[in-house]
Amino acid sequence: MIMRKVVEGSIAVAHAVRTIKPDVIAAYPITPQTHIVEKISEYIANGELNAEYVRADSEFSAISILVGASATGARTFTSTSSQGLALMHEVLFNAAGMRLPIVISVANRALSAPLNIWNDQQDSISQRDSGWIQFYAEDIQEAHDLLAIAYRVSEDIEVRLPSMVCMDGFILTHAYEPVELFEESEIRDFLPDYNPEVYLTTENPLTFGALATPEYYTEFRYVQTRAMERAEKKIAESLKEFNEHFQRGETDLLPVHGPEDGDVLVVSSGSLVSTVKEVAEKLGNDGFGVKVGKMLCFRPFPADAMRKIADGVDKVIVFEKDVSPGSEGAIFSEVKGALYHSENRPEAYGFAVGLGGRDVPERVLEKLIMECIRGERKEGFHFGDVRPVREAIL
Amino acid sequence: MDEVVITLGGVVKPGTARKNKTGSWKVFKPVVDHEKCILCMRCVNYCPEPCISVVDEKIEMDYDYCKGCGICGDVCPVDAIEMVYETKG
Repeated sequence: MIMRKVVEGSIAVAHAVRTIKPDVIAAYPITPQTHIVEKISEYIANGELNAEYVRADSEFSAISILVGASATGARTFTSTSSQGLALMHEVLFNAAGMRLPIVISVANRALSAPLNIWNDQQDSISQRDSGWIQFYAEDIQEAHDLLAIAYRVSEDIEVRLPSMVCMDGFILTHAYEPVELFEESEIRDFLPDYNPEVYLTTENPLTFGALATPEYYTEFRYVQTRAMERAEKKIAESLKEFNEHFQRGETDLLPVHGPEDGDVLVVSSGSLVSTVKEVAEKLGNDGFGVKVGKMLCFRPFPADAMRKIADGVDKVIVFEKDVSPGSEGAIFSEVKGALYHSENRPEAYGFAVGLGGRDVPERVLEKLIMECIRGERKEGFHFGDVRPVREAIL
Repeated sequence: MDEVVITLGGVVKPGTARKNKTGSWKVFKPVVDHEKCILCMRCVNYCPEPCISVVDEKIEMDYDYCKGCGICGDVCPVDAIEMVYETKG
């Protein structure tokens, strides 16, 4: 039986967490994530979820609590945004290095300064090298569904890496959409219980995260990288199995929408993908072959799949909500990096849009795509929706 | 090259700190003048490792793990601990 309800994005995520049944949840509030952990605390208070709920004194503590809990073999969850994720930075590397399958949801939000509580993806993109798997949800349904996939992939013995499921703050966390919510029984069939082979108890003490000298450290980073490569395969498998199980969701690591023979490929991530699809469809009706690549996961980066979907296109355009000052958008860099090894390298255009919550209407994307198609834009990276600026001292 | 075994997450059985003789890091080695020592135990309590104990009414240093921080010499009220430059090899 399908349980379809109109719910807020955060509530859908909290519901998914409830059915996945983590043993330990650590929480520290931050906009726009707070509704998720608030709803989970309500489930626990009402007896709808039996879990240890720890109110931490910071995000650094929240994720550290999960590192300890996960080492004891517990299934764990927390949620954060922006500065909160930045404060977790150091511990993210610890969690990945200790190969603990922690899963968190990230309500994507801009980073200070200037203080900004609205959506972009700078917070999670900046955690690129931490060794975490990163998923980006296009809509609320996907934010809900990807949690089950994240746990399954993270807990797989071939992977054992933590995951973050990213969803655009406010745009998805605070929006209401009809969502097919998990039933507890159906999630049990898809996601087995987490029973690690080795875990910490007082009877069987173990050392986690001890010193590795230069003789060994390289090999630790190497096996982490190999695990990430295996994760790519596991994600692809899990997406297919999820689809068979629930009859919904993407079946590819790098889903592509629109005409197969399109000569323009637009790559984007998160909720922006939906807007890009609308624009691509409209441009298709006007006679332009534009297909859309949806970056469902940024880590592992699906380089092979990127080359495959870009095969035969003349132009690749990336829209992303992050920028690395002194360089360019991170997704653009990596897309170009992947395409360097393809036989027919297409022209590449990258645009930062929607930073700090700036709305990205269809007309902005349409204009930028058409400028690329008409050859009015230089190849390379640009701020897509920036206004004219005069810099002043005060 | 020899193959190395890397455990999942670097998890190891406990007690491995014992195998890693951190005493090799030290540059200066604390040496006790037992004539001067009044057995006040201050060095025992202040040693951050802890590498100092009393054996047969005498202060004894565990040089296998002493990193030579010099705190013992610093807190000694009768200057009975001298930090001596250690030559190796």
